[in-house]
Amino acid sequence: MTEATRTGPMLAADGTPLKRSLQRALRAQKLRALMLIAPLLAFILVTFVAPIADMLFRSVENQIVSDTLPRTAQAIRGWDHNSGEPPGDDVLAAFTIDMIAAVERKQHTRLGTRLNYEQNGLSSLFRKTGRGVADIGETYRDQFAALDPAWKDAGIWANLFADPSWRADHDAWEAARAAARTAGRPFAEPVPAFRLNDDLADVLPETADAYLDFARAVQGNRNGDPAARAPWPPVYLALYRDLTAIGVGRIATLDAEAQALLDPAHYAVRSFERADLAAIYRDIDRAWGQPTVWATIQTFSPAYTPGYFLTAVDLKQTPDGIVSQPADQKIYIMLFQRTLVMSLAIMAACVLLGYPIAFLLANLPLRTSNLLLILVLLPFWTSLLVRTSAWKVLLQQQGVINDILVWIGIVDNAGRLILINNQTGTIIAMTHILLPFMILPLYSVMKTIPPSYVRAAKSLGATNWTAFWRVYFPQSVPGIGAGCILVFILAIGYYITPELVGGTSGTFISNRIAYHISSSLNWGLAAALGTILLAVVLALYWTYDRLVGIDKVNLG
Amino acid sequence: MSQMDLPPYATLGQRLWHYTFKLICGLIFFFLIAPILVIIPLSFNAQDFFTFTPGMLAFDPDAYSLKHYRAFFNSPDWQQALANSIRIAPSATILSVVLGTLAAVGLSQDHVPFRRTIMAILISPMIVPLIISAAGMYFFYARIGLQGTYLGVVLAHAALGIPFVIITVTATLVGFDRSLTRASASLGAGPLRTFFKVQMPLILPGVISGGLFAFITSFDEVVVVLFVGSANQKTLPWQMFIGLREQISPTILAVATVLVAVSILLLTAVELLRRRSERLRGLSPG
Repeated sequence: MTEATRTGPMLAADGTPLKRSLQRALRAQKLRALMLIAPLLAFILVTFVAPIADMLFRSVENQIVSDTLPRTAQAIRGWDHNSGEPPGDDVLAAFTIDMIAAVERKQHTRLGTRLNYEQNGLSSLFRKTGRGVADIGETYRDQFAALDPAWKDAGIWANLFADPSWRADHDAWEAARAAARTAGRPFAEPVPAFRLNDDLADVLPETADAYLDFARAVQGNRNGDPAARAPWPPVYLALYRDLTAIGVGRIATLDAEAQALLDPAHYAVRSFERADLAAIYRDIDRAWGQPTVWATIQTFSPAYTPGYFLTAVDLKQTPDGIVSQPADQKIYIMLFQRTLVMSLAIMAACVLLGYPIAFLLANLPLRTSNLLLILVLLPFWTSLLVRTSAWKVLLQQQGVINDILVWIGIVDNAGRLILINNQTGTIIAMTHILLPFMILPLYSVMKTIPPSYVRAAKSLGATNWTAFWRVYFPQSVPGIGAGCILVFILAIGYYITPELVGGTSGTFISNRIAYHISSSLNWGLAAALGTILLAVVLALYWTYDRLVGIDKVNLG
Repeated sequence: MSQMDLPPYATLGQRLWHYTFKLICGLIFFFLIAPILVIIPLSFNAQDFFTFTPGMLAFDPDAYSLKHYRAFFNSPDWQQALANSIRIAPSATILSVVLGTLAAVGLSQDHVPFRRTIMAILISPMIVPLIISAAGMYFFYARIGLQGTYLGVVLAHAALGIPFVIITVTATLVGFDRSLTRASASLGAGPLRTFFKVQMPLILPGVISGGLFAFITSFDEVVVVLFVGSANQKTLPWQMFIGLREQISPTILAVATVLVAVSILLLTAVELLRRRSERLRGLSPG
């Protein structure tokens, strides 16, 4: 009785309370288990989960507009697309600088392709504008040069705008490069990135901003020196805009050298001949005179967009809200429907064909059923492409099935059936391919149904049919459920077989995803379509896990 | 007496239904197996047709030939594809078997936190449609410079094969007698020695059949390799897919026959292993 009457916690051999000691042991055990799992978990997270997350991200990501046209995206925010007018000079000037920078980086065509998904014709418009934009600002360049030839001098521009410390860094870098070259050593130091003179950037913000892009672009082109190339004409446009906007006092804050250059220009710009930006853009393409193109840019300038998802369900984001796509472009709802309907048809066909086989296998002596099971497992183990090519060969109009049908006399030689490159072909081939996935779960459920129940029913007077339908069938329903979900999950994501035997009418949503990845290069839309498909599959997966337990999938 | 035997007192209707049912089952088995078997004789066709020529039906030896097999073994395209398949599939298999077995052993312990979630993540490559995995991997691997490399394809295939290893090894571990490891530990063996000398030999059939599943997954896989690989990594299924989509040549039938032979070999191996594993675990020999 001493054990029971002793007060205080129970102690382990080493004197620590037993509870804590046990907990420590348990923790060690948990840790060991996790250590064994960790490498694989990390592997799957990197090679599989991260790619899926990347895809989800791509379905809403839309940084290309704000990355390529940062100034425009900023300036166009306040513009009212319902005004019926294209945006004013501020937006046009910002757009000009953005465009010339994008052209130098060869990014304007990519942006055009992106915006073309939203409005047809923008791809060619951006290409065309890219060719014309380098001339905008030439009138100002010539007028500045007429005033003082220094304005055409690349070195003077660089001196004016560069931070003195950058100039020093750059000279040191060039000296090091020259030394390496004479010594015959390889030289891989990165060129010091251009830095702006902060004082000047305060006074002439637009020009400094534009010049920074210019200088960086020159450096990006084989480490060029900005001091060796005159700025793009649009930089003169920015200079003109800055100088007309500021008061005299601002220039007085700069150093003498800058004042000497800027003061006369500041006086002169008032009498400069103005370039009409709106007219210039209308000359490049009439579309720039309409608000629609600008509205599209405005709508898609935020960094994240629901646009791809809307397209994936046949809707469209417009400046005036979400509208339905024009009738001739409504294809995705139809494709989703077709995928669902055909997957259901394949699932039904699998139940119809799989149930008798599973029933037979479950009720035959083990030796015979194991032999027959091989007939189910062989297709399961045979390469998907082998089975698809077999069907492609069999179903052709000059193929074996049509030959046999003609030979029996069921069809006329002239009236050979078209069994391939349509929905029939997809359904036949996919039923064949997915049938083992129905038979195996059904079989494993049916094996567990005790035969005595049916015998009891019969002995109580049930007919064969009643005994089957009222007693056996209800017990096999979990197997049907498991098989159906498995087949359905596999069917809605199928790509290879529909691609090869489906023609145009028998393809699935996955074929469209592949098309957008490899042919149309509309990756955002592919990602959105994939995300929707993934959501459907995961919902079914969750159901399956609840119903069957995912680790209990029977692989034969 | 088996359930499928006809009792002697069966009525005419029952007899009729019994034989109709067997006929239906026979037809379904025919549907399952005939398409695979029919390509075998067709691959020996002496002509470039995809159907039986009158000569073949008359068993004229001249109507049969090995020319499609010669075309397969002499074409540099097909040989490169074969070499790539043989290179990629075993590497992916080894990777999935090593990582998968370790994790399955970990998952079979008694106190694993978040077991259900971890299991769901590890099995997900089997459930997510291949086109989605392929799309995601294409985007992501392109970002990190793995797109169009052997390493990228091997990693992708290993990820796809892992669920099969996890499922088969976990299934073997369900029947594993834990007292054996305890006995081993009490006799002074360290965890490593216990694993390799006691646990491993007993779960080996499951590990090998998981490995075979992983191998066939990689060996047959085409969607992911189409996106993650480039022309340098084209495998047999890739080459078959391109062949089927563009100009279908009878060489494909010869390749298909070779692949059927491979799958028969693998199936036999898996069946033998399954029976051995059931015997080891004291279950009824199948």
